[in-house]
Amino acid sequence: MKRTILAALSAIGLAATVLAAPALAEDKLKVGFIYLGPVGDYGWTYQHEVGRQAVVKALGDKVDTTYVENVPEGPDAQRAIENLAADGNKLIFTTSFGYMDPTIKAAKNYPDVDFEHATGFKRADNVSTYAARFYEGRYIEGVIAAKMSKSGIVGYVAPFPIPEVISGINSFMRGAQSVRPDLKIKIVWVSTWYDPGKEADAAKALIAQGADILAQHTDSPAAMQAAAEKGIYAFGQDSDMIKFGPKAQLTAIVNNWGDYYIERTKAVLDGTWKSTDTWQGLDKGMVKMADFTNMPDDVKKLAQDTEDGLKSGKINPFSCPVVNQDGQTVECKGGDHLDAGQILGMNWYVKGIDDKFPN
Amino acid sequence: MNFTEAVILTIIASSTPFVLAGIGELVAERSGVLNLGVEGMMIMGTITGFATAYVTDSATLGFIAAIAAGMVFSSLFAFMTLGLAANQVASGLALTILGLGLSDLVGTGFVGLNRSKIPSLDIPGLTDLPMVGPILFGQDALVYLSIALVAAVWWFLYRSRGGLILRAVGESHVSAHALGYPVRLIRFGAVLFGGGCAGLAGAYLSLADTPFWGTGMTAGRGWIALALVVFASWRPWRLLLGAYFFGAIWIGNLHIQALSGSLPRWLVWPPQFWTALPYLATVIVLVMISSGKDRSGAAPASLGTPFVPDR
Amino acid sequence: MRIELEKRAERSRLMALVSPLIAILLTVVSAAVIFSLYGKAPGDALYVYFVKPLTSLRTAQELVVRATPLVLMGVGLSLCYVSNNWNIGAEGQYIIGATVGGGIALLFQGQTPFYAVPLIMVGGMVGGALWGLIPGLLKTRFNTNEILTSLMLVYIAERIIDYFVRGPWRDPAGLNFPLTANFDNTLPTLFRRSPIHLDSIFAVLVVIAAAILLWRSLKGFEIRVLGEAPRAGLFAGFSPQRTTLVVFAVSGALAGLAGVSVADGTMGMLQIPFASGYGFTAIIVAFLGRLNPVGILLAGLLLALSYLGGEAAQISLKVPIGITSVIQGLLLFYVLACDTLILYRLRVTRSEAKVV
Repeated sequence: MKRTILAALSAIGLAATVLAAPALAEDKLKVGFIYLGPVGDYGWTYQHEVGRQAVVKALGDKVDTTYVENVPEGPDAQRAIENLAADGNKLIFTTSFGYMDPTIKAAKNYPDVDFEHATGFKRADNVSTYAARFYEGRYIEGVIAAKMSKSGIVGYVAPFPIPEVISGINSFMRGAQSVRPDLKIKIVWVSTWYDPGKEADAAKALIAQGADILAQHTDSPAAMQAAAEKGIYAFGQDSDMIKFGPKAQLTAIVNNWGDYYIERTKAVLDGTWKSTDTWQGLDKGMVKMADFTNMPDDVKKLAQDTEDGLKSGKINPFSCPVVNQDGQTVECKGGDHLDAGQILGMNWYVKGIDDKFPN
Repeated sequence: MNFTEAVILTIIASSTPFVLAGIGELVAERSGVLNLGVEGMMIMGTITGFATAYVTDSATLGFIAAIAAGMVFSSLFAFMTLGLAANQVASGLALTILGLGLSDLVGTGFVGLNRSKIPSLDIPGLTDLPMVGPILFGQDALVYLSIALVAAVWWFLYRSRGGLILRAVGESHVSAHALGYPVRLIRFGAVLFGGGCAGLAGAYLSLADTPFWGTGMTAGRGWIALALVVFASWRPWRLLLGAYFFGAIWIGNLHIQALSGSLPRWLVWPPQFWTALPYLATVIVLVMISSGKDRSGAAPASLGTPFVPDR
Repeated sequence: MRIELEKRAERSRLMALVSPLIAILLTVVSAAVIFSLYGKAPGDALYVYFVKPLTSLRTAQELVVRATPLVLMGVGLSLCYVSNNWNIGAEGQYIIGATVGGGIALLFQGQTPFYAVPLIMVGGMVGGALWGLIPGLLKTRFNTNEILTSLMLVYIAERIIDYFVRGPWRDPAGLNFPLTANFDNTLPTLFRRSPIHLDSIFAVLVVIAAAILLWRSLKGFEIRVLGEAPRAGLFAGFSPQRTTLVVFAVSGALAGLAGVSVADGTMGMLQIPFASGYGFTAIIVAFLGRLNPVGILLAGLLLALSYLGGEAAQISLKVPIGITSVIQGLLLFYVLACDTLILYRLRVTRSEAKVV
């Protein structure tokens, strides 16, 4: 049986080599993107798509880009990645944490292709990783929330208790406490990155419990719409959501991947691409803040100063001492602030969060 | 607006699509047709409703278009299962698979667009009443419509001749046919009604609940509506209560999380338990009604069996 | 109209072979229409979707990988459907199989005894079989509708794997992401650097075994008779209850094996979300294959092609991934319609005046 399968496969292979039209002389670099969600999620995936379009705009005459959307993290991911590699893409961006192992495996099979994996921690000679310091933006949000909240309660719609989300919540609280130490936060875990109905329900539940400002780490504009409907404030996520809440959005954390994507594509074009680990924030513009809106001028100024402070390094969201939920001081591994490893592996809440840490 | 009020409001809002889709499927199943295509019909309503409302700038037209889309889509199922006597389970699944794909293809141009919510009722004096005001007089029109629909279906099924015939067709199509009733025509009507309701339920998501379009945004709600019909053992008022029960479990889970700091330990179960509970409860109800001596709560006897009339 | 007579007249081998082919043809034509509506040249688009994935050794191997769980589940489901048991919960049995298999794999972390992989496979099959037996038992015991119970159990199974992978089995080095550690004991591949694992051989063996069971054994005869003519079966002393339990257990076990093939073969870990709808696609496979094991093998390959084609279409044609679902849904409609249309055509030739 095995024999016949093999025979059949090799026959197909032979036929293929005969059939395959000679490849046209392509001098354009092919760049591929693997997306977790639909480009229609208006969230995480959508922003990567915006980044791809930036590459097309900047280098359109030199590159030919392709994306594959809705690739589940799991058995299909590696094949989808290898499809792009086999199709002649020499640079491939895999834009979700769950693609980590599939990317590493695909990179082994295609040593002449360069890979860029978002938010992961495994690298190889032809695999770089990149992530953004979203938590820096959260710090600004915390400052604004502390200034703007009347009830003293902030609601937070969260997907999963992974470090990226936890560090965001902690940073938000540290920012808030720099203005107002007694601000309370209520967190709802919806266990999905993207389910507009659920996100809206969570937002409504939080509003019902007295939250007058909403923050979210999920992908759809549902929470922003819920806030707009109830006449309270909210922070956008992934992209500028001002049109979903013209009177509600205070600011939004905008994932700006375009500059990085252009830079890495240029590196491949120039032949200077090397495996790197990039982790950038406000200073390099990988994280951008949407306009500060719907707030008095003094708050706007404070927000702007905070942003400048974060950019110059004067403010660090996790400057020591950092005290955890149980009142213990956390070891300070980065000199005067927590080091990258501590932030990238965060699995505890800072002091001032009453919720039990989800396990 | 106090806490309890707000909780009840959120339960009602998130349960309304279940009520709408459920009551439609209930009528179809009472006529003896099991349509597993609810999710597909729903999401076609979601995109059609949003697209129409966006283009015409009228939510009403959006809802009407969504009902039409659900009906057109369900007529495909009716043609297959009633016209060609094809297998109902497979046809329903085909409808869901097709709907999920088609809505994605159609919806590409509507991503990232925003509409404002449909307005809620506001009767000066009444809506401001403490506690009952917002709950009784402060919802959007669809909430009242869904309850009215349940009442109308109850009246139709138990108080009208047409409903009696429809139930007879669902219990025994052979006898109904022998008595001279147009079995397939009645079922066709029931399936179409189910499709219209599913389309409307889908549009509730993209016009009332979260007014935008996102791929796959029904997120399995059609399957919950299917479970709900069974959970309610094919009874309209039980369906309404069941929908609010499912909604309460779901929203309750979120509320419990937000309160997690101040709750007794025994209340804090893994969230997976809560989200599995509606399905678990449905299985238990199914077992109870099928093992019970009392046949009154049982499934329509002809449910899911194709009918081919002899001449 | 006497439908039994019609059915007998229709049992011609030719028709059984032709109707899926007509369905496939209609699907291809519809796909061409959709592509042209999308502004693509239909000829090129069809080539990209239906032929291109077959033109490289790599994608051809992927086709086998993709088809394996579909064929395993399709065969199991066909046994159910032949005997009139409507198991539509293969997705749930697949998930539980993967969960049990994955749990056993985690027990063996850090050691690789020769019996670990067989144990993982058996464990997955037992898990799937037990999960499949729940609707079977409820049906035989309480006469509970198995369509609804098997469907509900899919969603319960999803929550179970979710609980374990997010909770007790989470990889301590995985930064709270919902995944387990990489398994140390994974299914061996057929030959070096091939994506095809041992389980694909099993899928072929299962097809052969099912064919022998159905057409060459008394049990198979029993299954077929109880499906086609339950009363005759009762007359012959066959037990519908026992048959129901057997087919549910077997189809559950095969779905469990499919779960192991993905979790312990393709992925080598458990990850959330795990479910991918294969269990529902397998229903299309069973129908397209006319509930015949050999037909299911071919249908499984075709449905695997529909996935690969959708991916290829995204890359080469920039068409949204929804195209895959549209083509699969249409295919199932056409299959169902063709099966009956052929019946009807026969009827039209015989009937005088027909009023619908």
